[in-house]
Amino acid sequence: MTHLGYLIAGWGLSSLVISIYAVRLLKRGARLSARVPAQNARWMSSPKQDGG
Amino acid sequence: MTVPITTASKGSKILGITSIIGFAVLILLAFFVTDPDIRFHPETGEEFGQFDAVRLLYLHVPMAIVTYLAFVICAIASAGYLIKRTFWWDSMAHAAGEVGTLTCALVLITGSIWGRPVWNTWWEWGDVRLMSTLILFLLFLGYLALRGAFVSPQRAARPAAIVALIAVLDIPLINRSVEWWENRTLHQKSTLSELKIEDLTLFTLMLGILVSVLVMSWLILHRFRVAWLEHMEFEQGVKSAIEERRHIDNKEQ
Amino acid sequence: MKRLFADIGLITSKDLKIELRSRVLTNQVAPFALMILVLFGIALDADQQSLRNFASGLFWISVLLCALMAISRSMTIERDDEALVGLNLSGVDPIAIFLGKTCAIAIQLLVLEIFLGVGIILLYRSEVEDLWLLVATGLFACIAVSALGTIFGFLASGLGVRETLLPILLLPLLLPVLIGATRAFDDALGVAAINGWNWFAFVAGLTVLLTGVGAGANYLLAEN
Repeated sequence: MTHLGYLIAGWGLSSLVISIYAVRLLKRGARLSARVPAQNARWMSSPKQDGG
Repeated sequence: MTVPITTASKGSKILGITSIIGFAVLILLAFFVTDPDIRFHPETGEEFGQFDAVRLLYLHVPMAIVTYLAFVICAIASAGYLIKRTFWWDSMAHAAGEVGTLTCALVLITGSIWGRPVWNTWWEWGDVRLMSTLILFLLFLGYLALRGAFVSPQRAARPAAIVALIAVLDIPLINRSVEWWENRTLHQKSTLSELKIEDLTLFTLMLGILVSVLVMSWLILHRFRVAWLEHMEFEQGVKSAIEERRHIDNKEQ
Repeated sequence: MKRLFADIGLITSKDLKIELRSRVLTNQVAPFALMILVLFGIALDADQQSLRNFASGLFWISVLLCALMAISRSMTIERDDEALVGLNLSGVDPIAIFLGKTCAIAIQLLVLEIFLGVGIILLYRSEVEDLWLLVATGLFACIAVSALGTIFGFLASGLGVRETLLPILLLPLLLPVLIGATRAFDDALGVAAINGWNWFAFVAGLTVLLTGVGAGANYLLAEN
């Protein structure tokens, strides 16, 4: 395969950057979730859990 | 009641898993199934083309599309904020703007990495799309910097929405002016249009776009939830500060 | 309508009076502009031909840098004692405040442009082939820069980091103006065989558009 270095650099860097960003988002979200009451995080509350 | 410990939900988990599987399939197709771009000169029979560097385009082009999509979402959400003035729209604009800036940076980097073997240069001043994308990237860096400069997310919302709308309105002008400006140099023909697009190439490109849209949606979804939580936390902080103050006042009386 | 123009005049003259008294423009911004011209000359190794070829670009970059200072300055005089809040509460139409401030900055920039213009003729030996093109482009471009600059000044007002934030917000958006004005100047100074008046038309169109965008943004920013 020609240009293997370029390919690895391009694909590798992009996957790496997006993965790091995703992990950081999840960590940030987890930290904030712990501090904010659950009723404010709407995506977690199914109708059954509401008002709990 | 279950206490949420992450910003994940059932929907976002499915979205995330689908993205990862899609990405794996994309790598398989882009690297091992599709052919390299090799063409033969009609007279001399000499080999030319992008060879394996073309495999970068299965990542670069979808990300460029996703970047523009994210900025369009950011602009729509900004307009939505200015009309509705609710925090939902502001969080959406913030999330889309940040994710768009990130993918925009990657578009520029992967484009540069692709340009080196194909155009024989890391940077081509004569290419309109390249220049416009760079300016777009700088614009949104400014947008994020403006957001970051405010302490309270509420106060940042209106200026940020206005900046995003002005930025998006300015994009066609930037594109136009760069195009006229660079016309004095030799115009680089669009390399993608001369690429022989076969069924498999097209399919891989389409899959790349789909996977990128999925990844972008996942990122925007989670970024939106983080912004939402930040807003909640800020309001909670203000509320508890007021409560505390009231408590002290009551004691003093 | 009459009231509007009176208010615009009032705000403009207020800002210009403050400027005349404090002499920031003449004592700080103008020397800075001269310094930029000298620095470019030194950085380009005082190569007379290059300096002549690049004169229009150097001129407009200098104008943009000075504009950032002028805008910052124009917002600083309102920040003290929360004067912008007072101004907004005074019953003056927000559009008059926006246009008045834009006019005041534009007039200051125009003075600087004349100063810089003389500077490039003397220092870079630029030759004027089409004076009217220079004047027309200079006038319209400085209005465009001022209008957008005022809006971004308002947006970032009250922020401690305004001085550093303003350039990254404003300069990318002003790129079309920079390109248009530079090309028009290239023709007017006789360094490029292009139709400068076409570029002037582009700059003039941008000026109308950006002033309109600024007024719209100002409306959104002022309402509560």
